[in-house]
Order: sequence, then structure tokens, then C-alpha cells
Amino acid sequence: MSGDLVNLLADLKEEEVIALVKKKLDSGEDPYKVLDETSAGMAIVGKRFAAGEYFLPELVYSGEVLKQVNIILKPHLSKGNKQTKKIGKVVIGTVAGDIHDIGLNIVEFMLDVNGFDVTNLGVDVPVEKFVEAVKQTKTPVLGLSGFLTPAFDAMKETVEALEKAGLRKNLKIMIGGGQMDDEVRKYAKADAYGKDAMAAVSLSKQWYGVK
Amino acid sequence: MSKEWAELTPAEKREDRFKRWISPPGASFTSPQAAQAYKEKTTRLNRAFQLKEPDRVPVFLPAGFFAASNAGTNLHTVMYDYAELRRAWFKFLNEFEGDTFMSPGLVPPGRALDITDYKLYRWPGHGLGNNVLSYQAVEGEYMKASEYDALINDPTDFWLRIYMPRIFGAFDGFRKIPSLMSFQEIATMGFVPFGFPDVQASFQALLEAGRESNKWLAVVAEVGKAAMAAGFPGMAGGLAKAPFDTLGDTLRGTQGIMMDMFQRPDKVQAAMERLVPMVISSAIDAADFSNTPTVFFPLHKGADSFMSVKQFETFYWPTLKKVCLALVNEGILPVLFAEGSYNKRLEVIQDMPKGSVAWYFDQTDIIRAKKEIGNKYCIIGNVPTSLLMTGTPRDVKEHCRKLIEICGKGGGYILAGGANIDEGNPENLRAMMAAVKEYGTYK
Repeated sequence: MSGDLVNLLADLKEEEVIALVKKKLDSGEDPYKVLDETSAGMAIVGKRFAAGEYFLPELVYSGEVLKQVNIILKPHLSKGNKQTKKIGKVVIGTVAGDIHDIGLNIVEFMLDVNGFDVTNLGVDVPVEKFVEAVKQTKTPVLGLSGFLTPAFDAMKETVEALEKAGLRKNLKIMIGGGQMDDEVRKYAKADAYGKDAMAAVSLSKQWYGVK
Repeated sequence: MSKEWAELTPAEKREDRFKRWISPPGASFTSPQAAQAYKEKTTRLNRAFQLKEPDRVPVFLPAGFFAASNAGTNLHTVMYDYAELRRAWFKFLNEFEGDTFMSPGLVPPGRALDITDYKLYRWPGHGLGNNVLSYQAVEGEYMKASEYDALINDPTDFWLRIYMPRIFGAFDGFRKIPSLMSFQEIATMGFVPFGFPDVQASFQALLEAGRESNKWLAVVAEVGKAAMAAGFPGMAGGLAKAPFDTLGDTLRGTQGIMMDMFQRPDKVQAAMERLVPMVISSAIDAADFSNTPTVFFPLHKGADSFMSVKQFETFYWPTLKKVCLALVNEGILPVLFAEGSYNKRLEVIQDMPKGSVAWYFDQTDIIRAKKEIGNKYCIIGNVPTSLLMTGTPRDVKEHCRKLIEICGKGGGYILAGGANIDEGNPENLRAMMAAVKEYGTYK
């Protein structure tokens, strides 16, 4: 039986997923359809994570399986990029002086599977780089991540720099990670604190005015 | 000691260790008052660990590298300038009251890290800005998935010839060291690699790092001794890690271990079992050396947000529990510092003897923890770090009052921060002290 790629991926059946993707391509199935199915499978992984059925190990593992699928798919997708419709842009990054990215990557994952076009600036991002990225992308939503206490001041400085650059008015800023909470949100003058990656998704949706 | 150590029961061993901590043989104090204060503080902590009511609620001031910023310097400077390290920690010692003292032992000697070209961490001035008040681990796969057997079969060999060359650039030459098994019978070829210039350079770097570390230790030991002489006990006799964290933090890395949980769970289990006796013996050595009966476990990847309860029960808890019980049998009290939150773990962690360990919480709902495990283990925590760093002394004191009133009930509680603060208003630390004095006295 050919199996259902969407559910096999959602259930993290690594070997079956790889075998089925190869089989589909060999039998001439549209690679973009396969791609859509893997996206649907990853969306279910995201839902299960949001529901507390899956945890970080499952996210990491699903990412690994997806990576393997993409390696197989890539040569078949070269005939021009089909752009999937995205809700909109979200820029995220871990603030200066902090190199933690586990939470940051979960947020990227969850925003991505929920239809956002995410720019992940990585870790230890200097204030100027955030300013530049907001200017370039014109993003209305920015997510600042931080794990340790030095991030408190780095977040504050980042928000102040955006203000100074005149970019703050049309920008919503959310913060999260490690020792962050609503006290830090007030201190840094951000718009919202999100306690997990699901909060990052719902805040972004709220700010974009989608359900 | 009348009986041989090995013949003592765990309870007798614990009593003996705490007795030696509370009345350290050969200790000298700066004054009779200091001697008295030391005894009061250790007794206070011991009673809390035993779930009894002390004279008042004890407090751990969460002053990680606070001493540095308090002295107008920073972590970068005190990592490299031991005179500054000494000055800052002495200043803190003279300015703050507390039931314990945070040694500068967690400030690593910067030059030793430079000499060895340490790659596992970034620190201020080395991958992080000079003003950053922390050092941070660099996520990576420092042990490959294919190397589980090398670790399991011969950890020391793996450490020396594979791992160390990878995490210390200056130890690259160790790759060429022969397996020490080659020294069987009369040495012929066995010495040859030790004559290679790159192997010798690696050993030179090791020797130099050793010399540097001893300069650093002289200051750390001086501060520690002075703190004790002034009546402050140390908080932890040593540091240890959960086997899952050892494997997941700095060997396989977060990504690696999480994939291994699916792709090679048996290897993960076997490797953790292999680490158990090593963690146990180094923790016992540390407690013996420092004559302090507590061992501090910073717990990382078993937190609520990292894995499910089932994964916690399968992968994280069994080997950690094994380590803890072995220490308990040696009379040592493991202090388990649950970073992040452990709200979903409170049921699972109840399967150890009463009073055997203490739980130190970061963001766990400590009121609930008091209800669920408070008559089983001493609980410690957890003034939010954000409040300590951004709040007013009044807010901090008020928060402490609530914690003391609820968690302090019946004893078995130590007031502490959620995590360490490295800068901020010194009055917020004093507010914690004021709160235990004002609200924490047991009648």
C-alpha cells in the first residue's frame, strides 16, 4: 500500500516517508504535490506540538526527516519556484550578547508551518542588524529572543534603536525565551511577551488580523 | 569516627558529613562571632534540608557574577585579572549579609581557556562582547552519532584522543597519541608519538593551562577561605550533571540527542549508564575535597518545554535518579536545580526517600510544588529573575514575603532567586535578606 505521506510524516515514520517519496517520484507524481503533502504533514507536527502531544524531540526529528525529503525532492523542483501564499513577514532573532537558539528555532518552525514568511537573523544579533532588517523587509512584526539576563538590556537597547530610527510606529515587537516575562516586556518597552512558540504564532496572527 | 566509613549506614554517613560541615575540623574564624554565625547558618540550612523548622527561613542570594558588576568591573576583567577578581569578591563579602557565599570558582581563568583554544564556550572578549556578563555554550555535535561505541567502550580513551582534540584547538596533537594499551610489555614504539612536535605542543599547552589555573586557584581558594573565616558557608560542595545533559549538552548537542532518542535510543541509554559511575565518583570527590555535603545539579534538558513526561521518565530521570541515590547512600545531599519549569514532573520525581534531595526551582509553580512535594523534599526558590533585575526593592521584599508565608510553612524551605542575577540594584538582594529576617522567623 502506498500509504498517506501526510500522516506518515506527521507520525514521524522516517523510513516509510523516504521510501514513499522516492516511489511517488519514480512513478511520475508531480513533485510539487509531494512538496505540498510534506508541508501538510509538517503542519500536523506543528499542531501536535501546540497541543502538547509532541515536544522538542519530535520537532527536531521531523525537521531531520523533512531535510532528507527535501534532498530527494530538490532536483525535481528546479523548473522555477512555485511560491506558496504566505500570511506575511515576521523577522526574528536572538539579541546581542546571547547565543542561544533552541527556542528561536522552535519559533521559526512554528511560524513557518503556520504560514508566515520568516526571516531568522540568528543569534547574538547586533542592534544595527535588527534595525537594518526591519528597514529592508518592512516587516510589521519583530520577535526578539533571549535566554539569559543580559538579554534584558539588549532587548531594551534594540527597541530604543528602532524608535530612534523612526521604525517603531508601524512595528509590533514580541519577546520571549528563558528568563523573559511580562516584567521584562515592560522594561524593554516591547508590545507583548509570549511564553512559548504558540504564543508567537497567535500574536503574529493577531497583529496581521488573521484568525 | 568509631566505625569504618564503609560500614556506616547512609543516615550515619549523612550525619557525619553534616557534622563536619557544621563544625569543620581545624577551621579558623576571624572572631568568635564569625564562628557562631557560621554554625548558625549551616545548622539553619541543615534543618531546612531535613524538612524541619530552623530558627528562620534560610536564603540563597542569587548573586552569580554580581560581585563583578557590584565592584564596577565586569566578567571579562575578572576572568583575566585575578587581582580584580579578588577585589570584587572581597568587596561583595564585606558588603552583603547572607546565609551562604557564592565562591568565584565559577569564574573561569580566561587565559587557560585561551591557551587551550577552548571551542565549546564563548565568553566576554572571546566571541561575546567585553561587557557581556556571562559565558555561553556553543551548540554543536561534539561527538558524532557513530562514536557512541567509542564512548561506551572506553570513555577515557574517547575523551583523550577524540573529544579533547575536538573541543580544545591546542590539543589537536592528542589525536596522534597511541592507545595507552600499546604500553603492554616493554615499550618500543609506544613512546614514539610523544616525540612528535605537534603532540609535544599539545602537552606544553596543557602544562601552561595548568600553571595558569593554579594562579587562579590561589585567589579562588583565598576568597573561599576568607568567606568561611568570616562566617559564610559555601553553598555547594561540587557540581554534577544529569547523564542525559552530559550527553545532550556538550557531546551530542541538543539536535543530536533529540534525533538519537528516535534513531538510536539503545545507544543513548547505554551511554548514559556508562556515565553514571563517572558522575557519581567525581561528585563524591568534590564533596570530600570541599568538606561540604551538598552537590549542586543544574538540570537542563529534562524541563517541561524540552520533552514529554514519558520521555522524561524514559530518558532523563532513571539515570539521574541512580546518580542521586548513590550520592544519598554516601551521605551527600543532591540539590537539584530545575532550570525552566518542572510543573509536569512533580509526580514523577516523588520516588526518592524523604529528605534525600532538595529541589531548587527556577520557574516552576513553587506554591504547587510546596503542596505536592513539600513534605517530601526541601524546596528552594524562586523570586523571578526579571523582578530581581527590573523591580524595586519593595516589590522584591513583598514577593519574598508571600513565598515565605506559603512555602516556609512548617520548614523545609529556602528562599532563593529563580536564576542568578549578574547585575542590577544591590538593594534588591538586600531586600531578600531583609525579608527572611522580618517574615521568616519560626516561633
